[in-house]
Amino acid sequence: MGKRVGIVGVGQTHHASQRLDCSGVELIAEAVTRALDDAEVTLDDIDAIVIGNMDHFENINYVDTWATDGLGSCMKPVFKVTTGGTTGTTVAACAYYHAASGLFDTVMAVGWEKNSESDTQAAIATCANPVLERDPFAGAIGPLATEYSMYMEAYGATEEDSAIVAARDRNNAMNNIYAHNRMHVTVEDVLNSPMLSYPVKFLDMCPRSDGACAVIFASEEKAKKLVPKPAWVHASVVRHDYTHFGDLAWQWMPTLEMATLEAYKIAGITNPLKEFDVAELYLPCSTCGVKWMDSFYFCERGQAPKLIRSGATHMDGIMPINPSGGVIACNPIGATALLRVGEAAWQIMGKSGDRQIPNVKRTLSTGFGGCSWSDVMILGADLP
Amino acid sequence: MERVAVIGVGQTKYSAGKRETFHELVFDVATKALKDAGISVKDIDNVVSVSSDFWDGRTISSMAISDASGAFGKDISTVEGDGTFGVLYGMMRILSGSFGTTMVVAHHKGTESNMNGITNTSFDPLVERKLGLDAVSSAALQARRYMTTSGGSEEQFAMVSVKNHGNAMNNPFAMLPMEITVEDVMASRMLATPLKKLDCSPVTDGAAAVVLAAERNAKKFTTNKKRVWLNGVGHCSDAYRLGDRDLADTRALKQAAKMAFDMAGVTRDDIDVAEVYDAFSYMEPLWLEGLGFCEDGMGPEMTERGTFNMDGALPVNPSGGRLSANPVQVAGLAAFIECVLQIRGEAGKRQVKKAEKALAQGINGMCGQSHCVWILGK
Repeated sequence: MGKRVGIVGVGQTHHASQRLDCSGVELIAEAVTRALDDAEVTLDDIDAIVIGNMDHFENINYVDTWATDGLGSCMKPVFKVTTGGTTGTTVAACAYYHAASGLFDTVMAVGWEKNSESDTQAAIATCANPVLERDPFAGAIGPLATEYSMYMEAYGATEEDSAIVAARDRNNAMNNIYAHNRMHVTVEDVLNSPMLSYPVKFLDMCPRSDGACAVIFASEEKAKKLVPKPAWVHASVVRHDYTHFGDLAWQWMPTLEMATLEAYKIAGITNPLKEFDVAELYLPCSTCGVKWMDSFYFCERGQAPKLIRSGATHMDGIMPINPSGGVIACNPIGATALLRVGEAAWQIMGKSGDRQIPNVKRTLSTGFGGCSWSDVMILGADLP
Repeated sequence: MERVAVIGVGQTKYSAGKRETFHELVFDVATKALKDAGISVKDIDNVVSVSSDFWDGRTISSMAISDASGAFGKDISTVEGDGTFGVLYGMMRILSGSFGTTMVVAHHKGTESNMNGITNTSFDPLVERKLGLDAVSSAALQARRYMTTSGGSEEQFAMVSVKNHGNAMNNPFAMLPMEITVEDVMASRMLATPLKKLDCSPVTDGAAAVVLAAERNAKKFTTNKKRVWLNGVGHCSDAYRLGDRDLADTRALKQAAKMAFDMAGVTRDDIDVAEVYDAFSYMEPLWLEGLGFCEDGMGPEMTERGTFNMDGALPVNPSGGRLSANPVQVAGLAAFIECVLQIRGEAGKRQVKKAEKALAQGINGMCGQSHCVWILGK
């Protein structure tokens, strides 16, 4: 059997709409250097590296070889994994399997994106089948608007429900010095922001950011030596079902349900809302922060609006979601899901600064990607 | 550490201008690999796909092959690069204890792509890309440097092309089986001096799949004859900028090979057959030096002496190599599969006698910046 694995260091850039002060490689170096400092190790301690991003954003082929100077991967084992929006959790999972396999002790996962150099929506549009679906499914906003419309119709959720989520995450971001968008907003501000694609409005939707994140994983023995309180990986699960958008079930998220159920089974979670102390979820749009609550089994199907309105997921609730501000406050796409893992690890390690939740024992992190990639990673303060 | 075996392989015939979509190619080879292993898709518990948004001309292109690879309801991930790195990730996932049987599948449709444009985007966008560098022109620089350091000649490189295209005559999967002479290679059209057309691999379409299994599953599913063990693996990257490297220095490959040989606990003498990444003719002797099968600078001369011919001390690229078919992401996986077939004794007319240990190599990046080396055994 494989080894148990813990996270020993996390680093992230200061994210922004445009980081004109640095190149992509320098952006990566900023995150890598901070992760090494966080774990109090040097590059010599890193046995292998995994990197990911989305090719068509920066138009750089073989990013694993291009990023050498930023990664510190010269004369080290490195390769690239990528799955679109879930790329961040994909590199996290890959680094986890590196260490769990016993082949490498200390492994660094790196995700990055410099969206200011990309035509993000045009690049995303090419994910659809070129003959059948590329025209109607252009970009990310339309499909998310469609799925929430259907959820509203099916369960009576409202635009205000998603606005509550938007205000929650955006206000949380005020406590996160790294976040791209830090603004106090009210539910009314969200409802009054410009309509992008009904019912999704400007303040409901994620930005696209320049940024990078690096997370260092280590096998049990190594992790215990390196840091006093590693964040142990309890489960890592991926599900994906897409071939055509038209094949998807839109009222709920089958892949997310499959992935969470499997991860809960592995980690022994039976009542997620009670057993997780905090969740960092890849919610690309505030509407997902309503609709997908069902698929995390935080509530019965259709009960998400009630859950959101109860305040259970706010900073002072029983299970705060996205203390970092989440994806709608900061979205360096290839790093976005890795930030969910890194932020959760910091919560366990007690390194979250102004956004720290007290006494975090177990966390849920997720990744989402088009279309219908669902990644789940569960971390814990105790060994699994 | 638990052992991992290859229990099934499948590949398309490699060719140009395939009419099937890439997910149809994936379905074809995944089905073949399952049949070869004698198992059903239900026995697979996770999938690693190998694909590239650049070559597929599509963002998140691996999302189009999920159902074709049998991944519905299963854990799946995507390695972008050479297929040998996909196998590495597949093995890690098994060794982690999370999975028992992994499908690794790679696809490539070179004839729907623009090779020069796509490989040009591998270079630094501010400086090198504007010089027009691509896979062929950068390889030409490496070939020239290698000629300088080793004293190798264009004729000696041409002998690699003659040998490998000749070997392909015995491989029904190869795209370019050809009986040619050194003169033919020398007379073929110059692409980037010193590389002529027949020094370069063809633009190719194809797909390949392997099924990996943990020892417990491998013994349950298959007979001894079908099982080939993953004895050793290593991977390592050199510096990025061509100017930061001595292009004839194979230090990253040496490091990757050391990891693989150390893990397998074997020596160079134990290897009976090797599939080396010959995307260009000069690469075969250069990488053979890096892999430790000859001293630095001796590759061209050893090639001329016939050491790496089918009847030589170490047959290299019995499949015909990348020179005879180069479906980029698939290329190293095809080399890996050839080693499996050789060890099983299923390599037909190109069978190397008593092949018990084999070595396969894959590459990411330009001029062999990053290498993955596999050692397989009975």
